[in-house]
Amino acid sequence: MNLIVPAARVTLRPDLAAIAEMVPHGAKVLDIGCGDGSLLEHLLLTKDVDGRGLELSQQNVNQCVARGLSVVQGDADTDLGEYPSGIFDTVILSQTIQATRQPRVVLQQLLRIGKHVIVSFPNFGHWRVRLTLLFSGRMPVTRTLGHSWYDTPNIHLCTIADFLSLVNEAGARIEHAVALVGNERTRRIPGNTRGANLLAEGAVFRLVKK
Amino acid sequence: MTDAQPRFLRPLKAPAENPGHSLSLGPERPLVLDSGKQISPVTIAYMTYGRLNAARSNAILVCHALSGDQFVASTHPVTGKPGWWDYAVGPGKAIDTDIFFVICANVIGGCMGTTGPTSINPETGQPYGLGFPLVTIRDMVRTQAMLIDALGIDQLLAVIGGSMGGMQALQWAASYPDRVYSALPIATAARHSAQNIAFHEVGRQAIMADPNWRGGDYGLSGVHPSKGLAVARMAAHITYLSEAALQRKFGRQLHDRNALSFGFDADFQIESYLRHQGMTFVDRFDANSYLYITRAMDYFDLAADYGGVLAEAFRATKTRFCIVSFTSDWLFPTVENKRIAHALNAAGANVSFVEIESDRGHDAFLLDEPELFGTIRGFLTAGAAVRGIL
Repeated sequence: MNLIVPAARVTLRPDLAAIAEMVPHGAKVLDIGCGDGSLLEHLLLTKDVDGRGLELSQQNVNQCVARGLSVVQGDADTDLGEYPSGIFDTVILSQTIQATRQPRVVLQQLLRIGKHVIVSFPNFGHWRVRLTLLFSGRMPVTRTLGHSWYDTPNIHLCTIADFLSLVNEAGARIEHAVALVGNERTRRIPGNTRGANLLAEGAVFRLVKK
Repeated sequence: MTDAQPRFLRPLKAPAENPGHSLSLGPERPLVLDSGKQISPVTIAYMTYGRLNAARSNAILVCHALSGDQFVASTHPVTGKPGWWDYAVGPGKAIDTDIFFVICANVIGGCMGTTGPTSINPETGQPYGLGFPLVTIRDMVRTQAMLIDALGIDQLLAVIGGSMGGMQALQWAASYPDRVYSALPIATAARHSAQNIAFHEVGRQAIMADPNWRGGDYGLSGVHPSKGLAVARMAAHITYLSEAALQRKFGRQLHDRNALSFGFDADFQIESYLRHQGMTFVDRFDANSYLYITRAMDYFDLAADYGGVLAEAFRATKTRFCIVSFTSDWLFPTVENKRIAHALNAAGANVSFVEIESDRGHDAFLLDEPELFGTIRGFLTAGAAVRGIL
């Protein structure tokens, strides 16, 4: 048995692992909201990508660059306009769309600069969120949504169903869909998404322009 | 220095023996300048550190700033002080001379051995003085490219520099994209702002107002416009520091006295500090060189050569970039550095941008800033790994 596993693979969050699986080998990738660069580093090691990052926190950016990653400090809401159209094979927006001021504009920008777009987000339609609101009458604070309403960066939360209608509006088609369910498992989302909208804590979609 | 003359009357003397190397290009290889004029013969004084590998793939060019020179990591022959970037360049340091072959050349127009206004004009047999043609940042880079040619290096692993050195790094990437694998411009700008030009003009006017300047023809007079140059340096030095750093370091503390003198002596420590900065500078720098190099910086506007669109300067570039700025640098502020990063993004270039928290102003790039060194090391290591150097 081979016990040597790359460190990045061990520590990669399940949503990031699901994203990584959707990225083709050797792709030119832009990771928006790349955080400390874990996903980018993982993609460099396992997929041999030409990877770039955009990250809001300067501290994270400095860490990424010291790790040898190509990352610029910037804001998804304001800085995507400067990238040329179709320059990336894959653009990734992980756990960030709900924190942008204009999710629809951001999604349109992603579809403009990337041939494929991967978006992951927490699902506000999860049954636990619904029950919390129903029974406590207060804004849900869950494992994936750990903030109180007054200090959350997540200003535009949505459900899987909401996201799908935005995708449709933006003129995009879904290529892949994965639900993040309990115990850090992932599951393919079938054509009928009603179940996933209730049972998934989060989701990852790969989109392409229609 | 055991010269008995008062400091300000002492002519600037180049050290009798300039350590390091120099490349001389004869009349068959004139330097053709942006102004259309030519300089010939041309001497390029430079230092190297580390060893060039067999594949000639580990060379890093470090470009110096306005008041710098080729002595990036070795004792300065005039001042006896450590190299200006001793913190960053050396064995085991961020720019590791155990791994890389580091080259640093005195710029054209300089006064530490490379041809400049103190050099003898072959047509007159006298120092050039103001007869030296105006040079630009691109001319500096052109000169360095001649040196790199002579060293037999096709592609530089990196071109690194702060301030005016950063301008050269940008110009290198724009002029010779295939010869620059990566560029690391630090605390710089793609153009000199009105404020930058204004400060330089103050410095130049101070030099020209010194009666010893003699219209630039002080070369053989045995005197040097040291007072003017010292004032220029004093004014410039303020722009290298942040208000917070000045306040922290000096505040209103008095210099060597317990009470105000009710005169114009250096009552305050900041005054004494600036006077010292001015006086020590004139020992190692030529006033005319200061005029020429500040002018080269003023003329720098990279986008202007590309239809006013900075991204066009980097169109289809394969060079990897890392841009660095410091939070308290008001001379080359973050916004100017970010402008470069944005243009590189627009050009689809591989770019990183790092802003480092520091209260030490523009000077931070020359100081012990571990986060800067972490950035440089990470960026160079990643590039070297891809190039198979590590």
